[in-house]
Amino acid sequence: MRRQLAIMRQSLFDQGYLDEQFIELEELQDDANPNFVEEVVTLYFRDSARLILNIQQALERKPFDFNKLDGYMHQFKGSSSSIGANKVKAESTLFREYCRSANAEGCLRAFQQLKKEYATLRKKLEAYFQLARQTGPLETASRPK
Amino acid sequence: MNSSGGKGSMSTASSSAAWKAVDSVPDQFPAGLRVLVVDDDPTCLIILEKMLRTCSYEVTKCNRAETALATLRENKNGFDIVISDVHMPDMDGFKLLEHIGLEMDLPVIMMSADDGKHVVMKGVTHGACDYLIKPVRMEALKNIWQHVIRKRKNGWKDLEQSGSVEEGDRQQKQSEDAEYSSSANEGNWKSSKKRKDDDDETEDRDDTSTLKKPRVVWSVELHQQFVAAVNQLGIDKAVPKKILELMNVPGLTRENVASHLQKYRLYLRRLSGVSPHANNLNNSFMNPQDETFGPLSSVNGLDLQALAAGGQLPAQCLATLQAAALGRSTAKSSIPMPLVDQRNIFSFENPKLRFGEGQQQLMNNNKQVNLLHGIPTTMEPKQLTTSQSIGNINMQVASHGVQSSQNNSSLINMQVAPHGVQSSQNNSALMQMGQPQFAHAPRLPLSVGQPIISNGVAANVSTQNGIRENIRAPGYNPVPQTSSMLNFPMNHASELPGNSFPLGSTPGMSGCISKGTFQEDFNSEIKGSVGFMPSYDIFNDLNQHKPQSWELQNVGMTFDDSRHSNSLQGNLDLSQSVLVQQGFSSGQMSGQNRNAALVSKAMLSAGDSTEPGNPLNASQHLNSLPVDNTIRVKTESVADVTDNLFIDHFGQEDLMSALLKQQQGIAPAENEFDFDGYSLDNIQQDQINGIIRTDE
Repeated sequence: MRRQLAIMRQSLFDQGYLDEQFIELEELQDDANPNFVEEVVTLYFRDSARLILNIQQALERKPFDFNKLDGYMHQFKGSSSSIGANKVKAESTLFREYCRSANAEGCLRAFQQLKKEYATLRKKLEAYFQLARQTGPLETASRPK
Repeated sequence: MNSSGGKGSMSTASSSAAWKAVDSVPDQFPAGLRVLVVDDDPTCLIILEKMLRTCSYEVTKCNRAETALATLRENKNGFDIVISDVHMPDMDGFKLLEHIGLEMDLPVIMMSADDGKHVVMKGVTHGACDYLIKPVRMEALKNIWQHVIRKRKNGWKDLEQSGSVEEGDRQQKQSEDAEYSSSANEGNWKSSKKRKDDDDETEDRDDTSTLKKPRVVWSVELHQQFVAAVNQLGIDKAVPKKILELMNVPGLTRENVASHLQKYRLYLRRLSGVSPHANNLNNSFMNPQDETFGPLSSVNGLDLQALAAGGQLPAQCLATLQAAALGRSTAKSSIPMPLVDQRNIFSFENPKLRFGEGQQQLMNNNKQVNLLHGIPTTMEPKQLTTSQSIGNINMQVASHGVQSSQNNSSLINMQVAPHGVQSSQNNSALMQMGQPQFAHAPRLPLSVGQPIISNGVAANVSTQNGIRENIRAPGYNPVPQTSSMLNFPMNHASELPGNSFPLGSTPGMSGCISKGTFQEDFNSEIKGSVGFMPSYDIFNDLNQHKPQSWELQNVGMTFDDSRHSNSLQGNLDLSQSVLVQQGFSSGQMSGQNRNAALVSKAMLSAGDSTEPGNPLNASQHLNSLPVDNTIRVKTESVADVTDNLFIDHFGQEDLMSALLKQQQGIAPAENEFDFDGYSLDNIQQDQINGIIRTDE
């Protein structure tokens, strides 16, 4: 099972869902906080859900308040990058660019994409942590190739 | 926030003691470094906390800037370094930065996912000692201790050289006889006297037992000497070396003078920008006042007195100012307090405290009121912007570049030599301090644009936050762009009626009221209310001021008074060196300032909507506060104020009564500026200004 876990983990990196920042988190995990990474990730999803909702609502009001949207996304991006959510971060960057150029269409599209990536990541990480709990403490983090 | 889990209570005395001396760093250093982390993002916060703990630091986390400030204020020496996010909902990170710099003079590291050049630059100009890009990695955090050491080291250097008094000594300074002569130094230095002779850094440090880095404290006297020297040489020809020679103050270094000069120049520039008047007051500061006061229509002696920030304003100046102000009698009314949007770092003690608003914001602004005092710390224009909109107290008062090192944000633009105070930022704190107080506005963007109007502290506290209250104290020059309008709820009184500060309108001018008078008067009353300094906290809403920044060390700023004494104490922590809020605390603002301050305070509190009505009164009071001109930069007082402010919003009622009383006895600013720096007697305005920090 450990092997399975390791493979799953590696693929998350390989596929670009996670980046080195995730490893930083893993390195913070220790005996005192054996589930640190999972806790942080859970917290992230909980908090960012709120942001997603805000953005969603803001996108329902026309005309778009690009500044506000950019602000939300900035926060979202900061959060996502802190857990190493690579793809999600990329989508948020794109979204922000559209905001800056006041491209409403682009914003909507980017947001859809972002939500998809966000949902995918969530699922994958949930599966990952579930397996990790079953497996026991994670081995030393290894950097993705 | 949870207190650092590691060692238990924050501010472990042992660790602090350990770091007191730069050169005697304990072995386990940097372990135990006490870090305060501020970020509204819970994910980031928790990650940072873990990372810092892993570095063996003691971590306390906050998700709100106001909480962070409150915590810092409560535990003056409880932290060694602060890490803050740039984008936060309740307060801009830069404002917080300014406040902290002004009030507590701690190293602050900014963080953001934003790595744009301009943002990073902003960090630099606001005095951040570092800037981290998110996501933050461990490696970046491992070395943050260097900033603590560096700061301390620099401070010690100053201490040695100039014999600056540490915070503790500030009180001594208050007595305003803090001469800077060597003997004075010794006198001032409670503990470090002998140090100087020995030139033993270590000893000094130990004696002073303060973690904060000592700075040269530009007492009123010292500043006067400085100004005299500058005038003698001619402002164009005034070079630090010559000034130093002329001043002939032992222990003062060329660097001290140079930095002070820089601030002074900014202040002057600002003043001239504000008011067309040329300085004809004797002090160079005074001149600015005139100008600034210009609009202050009735800068009645009150204001001037108050303004006599930090005693800088000699009686005659005051008179002149007043005359000028009166002559002007322009409708000050809208003196928009250009309260330093920028963080008017009112170094004035007053400013901060004065705002009875107890708003943190005010405090923030106050901090900025460093203005006028002595050494404007890094006068960065930014600083002037009172981060807290409160600071917009257009304290016309010496718009010194109150920028005390580092955070001069909202410097109460004390009319007095606008040292870089306002810099761009809204010097709202134009404290019309009669004296050109160098507002050390440490980044306190005191938007206190309050022109320290002699009369009514028409502190146009224009807090950025939109509370542009033009506290127009009669005679107050509307501080330029009080961008940081103080949120004085008092926005109403835009014009302080003649003598009585129309505080109604002027929001919280109370920031900067020079402590001179304030102190006395307010103390009793203002305590709560005026506490501009603390009120800067009020600016929470305003986001601008760095509350507490008013630690205006500005001497003299009336914060010494009552109000501040209480609250100031708390704030005094601000840059110890910086004469806090210079002059803001000058109770000078005869009552008016106070009122203004109060007003501002009120306004500031307005954020909380504190006594909105009251502030006005308060302001009034402020104005009437007889500006003693003993603007004692009392860090302590400031601190007190801050506390008071915060806490209770300064019982506006109290303030009001105090103010009213003050009004009656608007004692002519005695010009005994206590300030160590600039005792802005008229600090009332300052205070208000301080409070009204202009937001950036």
